[in-house]
Amino acid sequence: MNGQQSGKKKQTVIRNMKGNVLAVFWFVIAFVPFLFMVMSGFKQKIETIMYGAFHLPSRFYPDNYIKIITSSSFWIYFKNSVIVLVVSLVVLLFISACAAYPLSRFEFRLRTPLFVAIVAAMSVPMHITLIPIFKLTVQTGLYDTIYALIPPAIAFAAPISVFILTGFMKGIPKELEEAAEIDGCGKIGTFFKIILPLSKPGLSTLAIYNGVNIWNEFCFSYTLTQSEKNRTLPLAIWNYQGQYSTNTAMIMACLALSVLPMIILFIIMQDKLVKGMMAGAVKG
Amino acid sequence: MTGEINLMKRESRLAAKRRFETGIIAALFLIPVFLFMIVYFVYPIISTFLSSFTSWNGISATKKFNGIYNWNKLVHDMNFWKAFGNNIKIMILSLIIQQPIGFLLATFLDARGKKSNFFKVIWFLPLLMSSVAVGYLFHYALSANSGMLTGISELLGGGTIDVLGNQKTALYAVIAVICWQFIPFYMVYYLAGYSSIPEEYYEAAVIDGATRKQYVCWIALPVLFPTIESAIVLSVVGSLKYFDLVYVMTGGGPGTSTELMATYMYKTSFSSYNMGYGSAIAAGMFLLITLIASVLMNIMNRRDNS
Repeated sequence: MNGQQSGKKKQTVIRNMKGNVLAVFWFVIAFVPFLFMVMSGFKQKIETIMYGAFHLPSRFYPDNYIKIITSSSFWIYFKNSVIVLVVSLVVLLFISACAAYPLSRFEFRLRTPLFVAIVAAMSVPMHITLIPIFKLTVQTGLYDTIYALIPPAIAFAAPISVFILTGFMKGIPKELEEAAEIDGCGKIGTFFKIILPLSKPGLSTLAIYNGVNIWNEFCFSYTLTQSEKNRTLPLAIWNYQGQYSTNTAMIMACLALSVLPMIILFIIMQDKLVKGMMAGAVKG
Repeated sequence: MTGEINLMKRESRLAAKRRFETGIIAALFLIPVFLFMIVYFVYPIISTFLSSFTSWNGISATKKFNGIYNWNKLVHDMNFWKAFGNNIKIMILSLIIQQPIGFLLATFLDARGKKSNFFKVIWFLPLLMSSVAVGYLFHYALSANSGMLTGISELLGGGTIDVLGNQKTALYAVIAVICWQFIPFYMVYYLAGYSSIPEEYYEAAVIDGATRKQYVCWIALPVLFPTIESAIVLSVVGSLKYFDLVYVMTGGGPGTSTELMATYMYKTSFSSYNMGYGSAIAAGMFLLITLIASVLMNIMNRRDNS
């Protein structure tokens, strides 16, 4: 009896060991590139050429980071990213909630086909739309302005947002809506007074999921804008790369700074972010 | 009697009026999103298919109709099929590598609960980086001169290693980076799946004398089967449309060794300004992805039904 128990204990220890080895192994794989990035940013150009990747910076050298933060162009990119993010998110969440309301609460003939259209749109690869959208942007005179980036950002995030919000709104009890109707609220009033406030948790997870995607978007920004003053943060890296292509340290510092806002956000609202990603995971 | 009929008539008229009102309000709420979808999905898809039958440089206003010339060219274009082959390699290796590791990591986090929060945070980090940032990071981290692999090799007394510059290894290096970036995604995905399994299942299994491993294999895995299926669909569709990371990290090179359908389409359209042919590539890509995705979903549906 006793022997059996200690045998079982040993088994658990071994199993835990295996788990820990896996955990540490993957920790190293996930983390070392980050370490490489941040550390290389603290090196001088000559060091990255002379010594190997795992050579520690010979002295504390924050000049790369300082140079980027104090350059005006970095803040222009940053400002553009923030504007695109905020405007697209506000419009996106509002119109998605609007569309999710009838899809989840009304009975009408076109409901199912429209919902199917939403689901189908989730799997359309953006590349098939790239050339016509480029043409459209040029024709409307939006080419090379940050406003060119907002409508595609909204359009490509809308299907998943409507899909998730529809599911979310279906979960809101019908009684609340009926009570509002008895109180003389019309359908529109019910939406603003009851449904929209109650959808806040769904909206906030969607804000995070779409926020990360819009913040990191590259292809549309790269195609629809051209000049430095109208580009977003992911393009900053692209431009720095052109400028400092041989200066690994400088580019790594720039990369580290571009990820920093997301990491800070992640640390502040870790659980929400993971939940947001999970909500998005329905589609990916 | 007639009064009753009148009442019924009035009621049905009222109901019709109500339905009509509901329809109007529904339309009002739905119009904004569907306007975006018509302008940014429906119109572009139709337009791309139409452009694929023309020769067009993207600048001139006139498109010259040239029949099935582009499509004929596409079917015989070795570069396109090479790119498609690379996409398929990425698709298969991504499935084999990402799903099991993602699942294992999620299993670990689920078993350890809050204690493993530190690991969860670090493991999650790659997902926060933009594909561009990941692409550049590894462009340098895997470079021959100051990269990490060369660093390790030199520590062990070897020479420089240039995985991205070698035609034979470049694609596998790209796949490794893609796995690095997306394994956290599947980890979170499976973790979400785990957290949706009621606590009682595990408790009941423990009472029956099951170990954690048995619980995972015989209870969690079957329950998570639909989650795994949709993860596979996501991974397949994603693999077929990769762009940013590869465009930034290798630009499709060296040679055409890491060329993908999307990078080939982009270069044809926006570097060579051959938008007619670029549209044909985009349309071909769309058809291939749709075909593969629907075959896959068909297989899964059939299995679910049987």
